Amino acid sequence: MGKYVLKRLFLMIPTLLGVAVLIFFLMRVVPGDIVELRFAGESAFAQKENLDKERARLGLDRPLWQQFVTWMVGIARLDFGTSMWTGSPIIEEIKLRFALSLQLAVMATIIAVLLAIPLGVIAAIKQDTWVDYVVRIFSIAGLATPSFWLGILLIIGLLVIFRWLPPMVYTPFWVNPWQNLAQLIWPALAVGYRYSAVATRMTRSAMLEVLREDYIRTARAKGLWERLILSRHALKNAMLPVLTVIALEFAFLMGGLVVTEQVFNLNGLGLLFVESVAHRDYTLTQALVLLVAFVFIFVNFLVDLAYAWLDPRIRFR
Amino acid sequence: MRHSKSWRKVLIAGLALVMAAALSAPVATAQDKPRYGGELVFAVPAEPPSYDGHREETFALIHPIAPHYSTLLRTDPNDRTGTKVVGDLAESWTISKDGMTYTFKLRKGVKFHDGSEMTSKDVKATYDKIIFPPEGVASTRKGAYVDVEAVQAPDPYTVVFRLKWPSASLLSGLASPWNWTYKADILAKDMRWYEKNIMGTGPFTFVEYVKGSHWVGKKNPNYWDKGKPYLDGYRALFIKAHSAQVAAVRGERAMIQFRSFTPPDRDNMVKEMGNKITVQESPWDCMLLAAVNHEKKPFDDKRVRRALTLALDRYQGSEALSKLTFIKDVAGVMTPGTPFATPPAELEKLAGFSRDIAKSRAEAKRLLREAGVPDGFAFTFKNRAIPHPYEHLGVWLIDQWRQIGLNVKQEFVEAAAYFKTLRGGDFEVAMDFQCGYIVEPDLDIYKFQSKEISHANYGRYTDKVLDDLYQKQSRAVDLEERKKYIRAFEKRLLDEEVRYLFTLQWQRIIPHNSKVKGWTITPSHYLNNQLDTVWLSE
Amino acid sequence: MAIGRPATGVEEIPAVREHGRWWRAVLTFCRKRPLGAIGAAIVVINIAVALGANVLSPYDPLATDYGAMLARPSPNHALGTDSFGRDVLSRIIYGSRTAMLVGFSCAFLGATIGAVIGVTSAYFGGKVDLLVQRVMDIFLAFPLIILALAVVSILGPGVGNVILAIMIPMIPRAALVARSSALAIREMPYVDAARAAGFRHGRIILRHMLPNVMAPYLIMLTAYLGQAILLEASLSFLGLGVAEPTAAWGLMLRGAAVDFAETAPWMAIFPGIAISLSVFAFNLFGDSLRDALDPKLRTL
Repeated sequence: MGKYVLKRLFLMIPTLLGVAVLIFFLMRVVPGDIVELRFAGESAFAQKENLDKERARLGLDRPLWQQFVTWMVGIARLDFGTSMWTGSPIIEEIKLRFALSLQLAVMATIIAVLLAIPLGVIAAIKQDTWVDYVVRIFSIAGLATPSFWLGILLIIGLLVIFRWLPPMVYTPFWVNPWQNLAQLIWPALAVGYRYSAVATRMTRSAMLEVLREDYIRTARAKGLWERLILSRHALKNAMLPVLTVIALEFAFLMGGLVVTEQVFNLNGLGLLFVESVAHRDYTLTQALVLLVAFVFIFVNFLVDLAYAWLDPRIRFR
Repeated sequence: MRHSKSWRKVLIAGLALVMAAALSAPVATAQDKPRYGGELVFAVPAEPPSYDGHREETFALIHPIAPHYSTLLRTDPNDRTGTKVVGDLAESWTISKDGMTYTFKLRKGVKFHDGSEMTSKDVKATYDKIIFPPEGVASTRKGAYVDVEAVQAPDPYTVVFRLKWPSASLLSGLASPWNWTYKADILAKDMRWYEKNIMGTGPFTFVEYVKGSHWVGKKNPNYWDKGKPYLDGYRALFIKAHSAQVAAVRGERAMIQFRSFTPPDRDNMVKEMGNKITVQESPWDCMLLAAVNHEKKPFDDKRVRRALTLALDRYQGSEALSKLTFIKDVAGVMTPGTPFATPPAELEKLAGFSRDIAKSRAEAKRLLREAGVPDGFAFTFKNRAIPHPYEHLGVWLIDQWRQIGLNVKQEFVEAAAYFKTLRGGDFEVAMDFQCGYIVEPDLDIYKFQSKEISHANYGRYTDKVLDDLYQKQSRAVDLEERKKYIRAFEKRLLDEEVRYLFTLQWQRIIPHNSKVKGWTITPSHYLNNQLDTVWLSE
Repeated sequence: MAIGRPATGVEEIPAVREHGRWWRAVLTFCRKRPLGAIGAAIVVINIAVALGANVLSPYDPLATDYGAMLARPSPNHALGTDSFGRDVLSRIIYGSRTAMLVGFSCAFLGATIGAVIGVTSAYFGGKVDLLVQRVMDIFLAFPLIILALAVVSILGPGVGNVILAIMIPMIPRAALVARSSALAIREMPYVDAARAAGFRHGRIILRHMLPNVMAPYLIMLTAYLGQAILLEASLSFLGLGVAEPTAAWGLMLRGAAVDFAETAPWMAIFPGIAISLSVFAFNLFGDSLRDALDPKLRTL
């Protein structure tokens, strides 16, 4: 088992490296640069020498491989550099947004799990009855509805029906928990609903599998709860894909919620992404991509471990 | 003195226009006695990239930070046209007979927020940084001051500007909202200190800035203008999403947004909030233009360009689009309601500005045929993916060109690529813009000179007549003479050669909480942001 | 990286190869899984509308009418008009063309290319498999939106590039699923026999392995169809997709629809319903298909 863990940990590195290389070169292939953007604004007076001076200051005139190596060395020392757009350290830029995205992801996950598990179980138990159909329709609707549309409808609804508006500016939870929750509950609901859809379907099919086991069928006479207790071992195995799905979606939520953030005016990682790409802020975009990729890869690693622990066949493949 | 006479004329003309403009929209009048206290909360759609006003271009800098600083001159905060220049740090000034020397007397006893006194060396250091920046320091607008030879500080309360030639625009140049007065001692130690720090003489001191969240300022108890500011402080909330800004004002979580809202926003707010909302409107010193690439066929042919402008029914467009987005007046090179604007009757004589659209379009079709452009000719129009008003105008332009048999496809170009596209000439026709931070012909029409002079001439044409007219108007200190040259410039730009296609003038719409008083709208969203005259009623 | 467990059996396989039983399989499907049938019906209607847009649409979707801006739904304009006086119903009908085109292209290309890569990787195993897995991992770890942004920024806007931008993130996901399924089959005796008989790799992959991952492939296809439509709507909403005045559902939800959401809600409601209904239908059908073919397949 230990060897398996080490092997998987080791495999994380080339993946991260690959991501780093890809984003580095991808950003430089995309046309347009930050200096032009900064000074192109509304004044007709931008001189070319100003633009070149700025480029030199940001290190953009050095050869590519040199820029890449400098960046990589910095990462090794955990120094992510400064944002090209504002000049402040990247840690500063990301701090607040990361906290918000993390909180939103956690809240959405809680809502999703609270919805998905009971609904999935009920749908499986009452398979092919109208209960099952209602649950399936409900969850598929969650997958089908564009989140930004849902967000727009939510805000309008709140304003028109309740004449109330969620707070527009983020306050951290420990500063003012009530305001913090009042702002984040709505996007958490919109996102959580969609999230729960995937988890519900997974739970349902997992439960279906458990209920089909032979020894369950033969013990049908014994009543539902007894059957479930008998099958708790199978349940454990069956929950694994559910966990997988939940974990993967969680990883996706960190940085993937661009449109939701726009609609609810949340200063999260998603919007920061779009902004940094729009600004061609290479250092910030690179750091963000690495961060999000790391979260994703790490979550996958944990899931792999869980699978390997439960299914020895995989360990020795 | 010649100059005070012209200035008196400008003042009278300005006042008359103010009267006329005031009748067109409800204005929050500060007739009641100002009340002290309260915190002004306002929404800002973007965050400042750095804190140095001399190098940045975005209003996201001005709105939260301008209250910390004073400038040598400024536009009168109570003047709707945004053209009346008054002193801020300057108490008074005189202009020499030959118009080449401007002498300013500074106020005494003005203190920086750290307690030290502001003297002429600070003003000189500030302007040296702006006009003659040292190596490695970016000064975005230094090109506006090419007429300045030197800045001198003969004594602690006098600053002298020596010019190379007489200038019609120096005073408004010195009233620029970007030219914040910095401390000479600080600049001597570190020219770039102001990019990340605040130290000014303005009505509010800096309290805190939380990235992604807010900027807070507090009343400066030692502000030179005794009795001001009225507010205890202000809080700028960074709210990026448009709908969130509207929601914030409607939910009374913010009182005002200093850039603009759209007509549907305004209508919704008025309907929902009744007299809790006051609306101020003004023509905006901003215009979207269609840049026609003179280096691509068939747009090098004057007849084709003329046809393109003749196809546009500007008056119908104005009526329809003013309901959807912040567009309103049909205008030429200068903002309507300001001293140099062309009267509507004169404007109608220019190509594409006639009220008889059927006739214009018939001529357009004829010109296209003459130029050998077949019916159904297709080209691509490149535009930015910004709903207001870029996309609306894009749809309108394409629709209008369809009426003369042109099959235009629109392509959205993303921001960073957009400037590259424009600069690189990688387009046939593209959406361009001209926005001024202060209403001043030197700034507003600089762009349209030949490409050798103006880097922002994306049409890529050379027109010596335009260059010559620009020079003449820039040095014409007599108001009437200057107007003459500006009219001639406009006629050549829009009618004779059709170098650029003007669409419609933007309209600035500021619905704000009725509690906010003492703030007057101007055509520029960079002006009148020091907040010293603003107060909150009960 | 193991996301799905290998397919270990199937419940009902529609006997695709025998023509006679085709119809019967379809009817059985409709009877046993009514939800899926409804989904399929909506999909068919969608495709029909997209193909017959010229005939079905009452107005030209680009025709502006400044006299009838923001008109409520009426006999004249069944779903009202938008801010330029364009008929909403016509724009929705033509919008289905963009949606179907983008949806089918992305799903088909993404799923197919991904499946081929996944199966090939599983077949060869060893170093090849490891390398391909790493490369797929790299793309998977990349936030979807960044890839889409990058593609659109480099290549410029337009339907073709949107398809590319959406398709690229789909390939690694499809590859992973296909690989999982293929891994189980690789050890099957008939594959070994084919190898021993000296058949070329390509032939083995195409004729023996690919058909056996048909089940997960079809399921992926239907899932991706819905996702692609949603992604296209999101990209258009962000301004990265097709441009005005093209009729596209996501684009219709931009700008004016939000501004006038209270006074002219039909502009925002109907395109949203169109998107939701299409994606809903695809998912419903795909869900039932999965139930029919392989309920144990739990990957997306």
